[in-house]
Amino acid sequence: MDDRVILRVGAKMLIPFILLFALYVQFHGDYGPGGGFQAGVIFAAGFVLYALVYGLGSAKQVMPPNAVYVCAALGVLLFAGVGVVTVALGGVFLDYSVLAHDPEHGQHYGILLVELGVLVTVFGVMVAIFYAFAGRRKVEE
Amino acid sequence: MDVVVDITLLVLLGVTAITVVRLRNLFGAVMMTGIYSLLSAGLLVTLDAVDVAFTEAAVGAGISTVLFLGTLALVGHEEAKPTRNPILPLFVVMVTGGALVYGTLDMPAFGDPDNPIHHHVADHYIEESDHEIGIPNIVTSILASYRGYDTMGEITVIFTALVGVLLLLARGPKPRRFFDGTRWVTRWDPESNPNGEEDADG
Repeated sequence: MDDRVILRVGAKMLIPFILLFALYVQFHGDYGPGGGFQAGVIFAAGFVLYALVYGLGSAKQVMPPNAVYVCAALGVLLFAGVGVVTVALGGVFLDYSVLAHDPEHGQHYGILLVELGVLVTVFGVMVAIFYAFAGRRKVEE
Repeated sequence: MDVVVDITLLVLLGVTAITVVRLRNLFGAVMMTGIYSLLSAGLLVTLDAVDVAFTEAAVGAGISTVLFLGTLALVGHEEAKPTRNPILPLFVVMVTGGALVYGTLDMPAFGDPDNPIHHHVADHYIEESDHEIGIPNIVTSILASYRGYDTMGEITVIFTALVGVLLLLARGPKPRRFFDGTRWVTRWDPESNPNGEEDADG
């Protein structure tokens, strides 16, 4: 799509705002609508737009497939890891109250961490599935 | 005003759905499914489910449309002519749809605050969330804390979906299956001789 100037310039202007909005949805999830899943898919959608306009090769330079797979697994690990830590601190699995002296603060830390895990996994999975679909070539007949 | 918006969106949804079914050009049909998702997102906003609307707009209208287009690039743009009579499938769909609508007749009124679903654990969440969890958005406190197990299961499901897609689509060495005269043999080594050692793996 090298010759489509309007598309390239338009995408370049939109992408930073899409990514910023995803981060807003993530970190404002305690107060407004949204959370890790929404932020992850919005972030992935912005990244997919980049890949569509600037090519799969450029996208893979920004985010190599192996890094994306690591993201997908890391999020699940972070979520489950928070659960293991709460057990180690004497609580029950995923009871964040034991993460800090004040149970409410513990809940805040726990929610922040697990939402981060959801964001990372959802982003990784969405981009990896896009790579898997977009990377295939038509079989020669 | 809400009624007007609802009716407009639902009529447009119906028109889009019929157009998707009738279009033979798959590229057009994929674009229409994207529009369908965007209209659904609008409908979810009128239901005050803004976060679901985010997801519908990003996944339904955005990413899955792109995945469909990626598939179309591989399989071509024209739908093949149907070879079977559509009467039987139509009958099955009508009966299923009728049964589902009949099922909704027993349901409590939509949006009624006395519905059982609003009084199982919801009361506890609404009353206690503020000092048990301490964040203003009750939806987040339910999803991330009260129902943390469910959310962990969900992201595990999403991760599993990725594993499935990679197993099916990612390229790697392809095994070769061949019949060696007595049984089927799988070989990962492309150089292996079909008449070589038979007891490697079966």
